[in-house]
Amino acid sequence: MQSRPLPKPLPFVYPENKPFWDGTKRHELVIQRCKDCGKFYFYPRTACPHCLSENTEWVKTSGKGKVYSFTICVRPGSPAFAGDVPYNVAIIELDEGVRMMSQITDCKNEDIKCDMPVEVVFKDASPEIALPYFRPVA
Amino acid sequence: MGSLTRKAAIVGVAESDIGSTPGKSPMELMAQAAKRALDDAGLKKEDIDGLCWAAFGGSILDVGEYLQIMPKWCDSTQYGGSSFDAHVGHAAAAIAAGLCETVLVVMGTTNVAGRELNVPRGGGGGAGGGERGGAAFSGRVYGLGGPVTNYSMAATRHMHLYGTTSEQLAEIAVATRKWAMLNPKALMRKPITVQDVLNSPMISYPLHLLDCCLITDAGGAVIVTTPERARNLKKKPVWILGFGEHFTHNAITYMPDITVTPAVESGNAAFKMAGLTRKDIDFVQTYDSFTITTLLALEDLGFCKKGEGGAFFANQRTAPGGDFPVNTSGGGLSYTHPGMFGIFLLIEAARQLRGECGERQVEDAKVGIANGMGGLLSSAATVILGRD
Ligand SMILES: [Zn+2]
Repeated sequence: MQSRPLPKPLPFVYPENKPFWDGTKRHELVIQRCKDCGKFYFYPRTACPHCLSENTEWVKTSGKGKVYSFTICVRPGSPAFAGDVPYNVAIIELDEGVRMMSQITDCKNEDIKCDMPVEVVFKDASPEIALPYFRPVA
Repeated sequence: MGSLTRKAAIVGVAESDIGSTPGKSPMELMAQAAKRALDDAGLKKEDIDGLCWAAFGGSILDVGEYLQIMPKWCDSTQYGGSSFDAHVGHAAAAIAAGLCETVLVVMGTTNVAGRELNVPRGGGGGAGGGERGGAAFSGRVYGLGGPVTNYSMAATRHMHLYGTTSEQLAEIAVATRKWAMLNPKALMRKPITVQDVLNSPMISYPLHLLDCCLITDAGGAVIVTTPERARNLKKKPVWILGFGEHFTHNAITYMPDITVTPAVESGNAAFKMAGLTRKDIDFVQTYDSFTITTLLALEDLGFCKKGEGGAFFANQRTAPGGDFPVNTSGGGLSYTHPGMFGIFLLIEAARQLRGECGERQVEDAKVGIANGMGGLLSSAATVILGRD
């Protein structure tokens, strides 16, 4: 009998972060900007972490950034990823200045470098959720 | 002289049984460590009127009830494995303020025994905090795992910016093992070479198995009291000379600079309070969850410049016989690591300053530093200790 692979974890969607996941579903990477202090921020919060204003807006990013750092998991981070090893996990710094955890795609693990320019791509993780990934910019 | 300098002293230290302790619970290890630390100090449980504790889950109420300690003052600050180093600083402040007289700092986890029994282990690691807020974007959906997958990213960028090599990180594991070989209580006492570290399985690039700490059961206890009481106990007082703490983030994604830890701030504060310089330090006990943790700490505490950590550890300089003793117990890499290691830094520092360390004794040790690093390079608590 063949065992089915464990389902991969999905993000938890809450009111404060739903616009982010609505955006990825449209294949847009959206983050928040504070209308009082003008700064971008991520992860999603009701209040701006720079000045605590709730006068904030969602804006579409360029989807471009660079690899801040990365690791290559040879042991799976959780059992659902056992079939994927070795795989990378990377911190991406967007051109807008915020960082997010993601994964580099369309690139061999050994070719990943810190500060390498990347751009966002989207992959469906479920009928409702699309996750952002990043690929090298030619 | 700073606000807390010589206002309190460590007078009792002990670890519980360590390694694999089948059938034990975290609370049992805590009680064992507490009893041994009281015996070490020549104090009775009734003398304790302050309690500090941290674990990944639970409440200090449970600990107080189990040990039947009903304190006047308590602190259950929990920001990872550095929490106990913070507790000692907080305890010194509470004692100096007259809020209590004698504080027990205690912990215990059963990572090995708990896994066998499939019960809560009190250990673990990594960022907690529910699934709202930042934890909802932790990297879990991309397969990011426990601490090693996070710390490895700090190593990757340090290598990128400064040319640090796996060989240089391996020097740390090798030197730490040499100290463990001189510590009868250490769990890993077979010699290793740089090549052994590089040949050990890659866990999470760029960290190999032997770049990673052990996963063990252990409890620890430290007793802090007033100068008056400290002068009249079994062992010579180990004075708190300086203290500082700082934290910057929960998830490593939001660490301001992934190669610069909160030990910059905690270290500067501790040295300022102590009125000492880096040259006054005879040994360093610093958190070594991974080899990179030690390297970053030595840079950030100011023993070398940022980026020069790799070269600093060359030629086994921090090993027995070298000119800069680091982690003389064998550290989390080779002595014990129950998910939170910070209390064992204090235990070893106190033993060194009392001259109790036998073969691994640092000659004429007068001043030492214990630097805890907790969470995902999230928090640092630095305690500078000295003897009379
Ligand atoms: Zn703002």
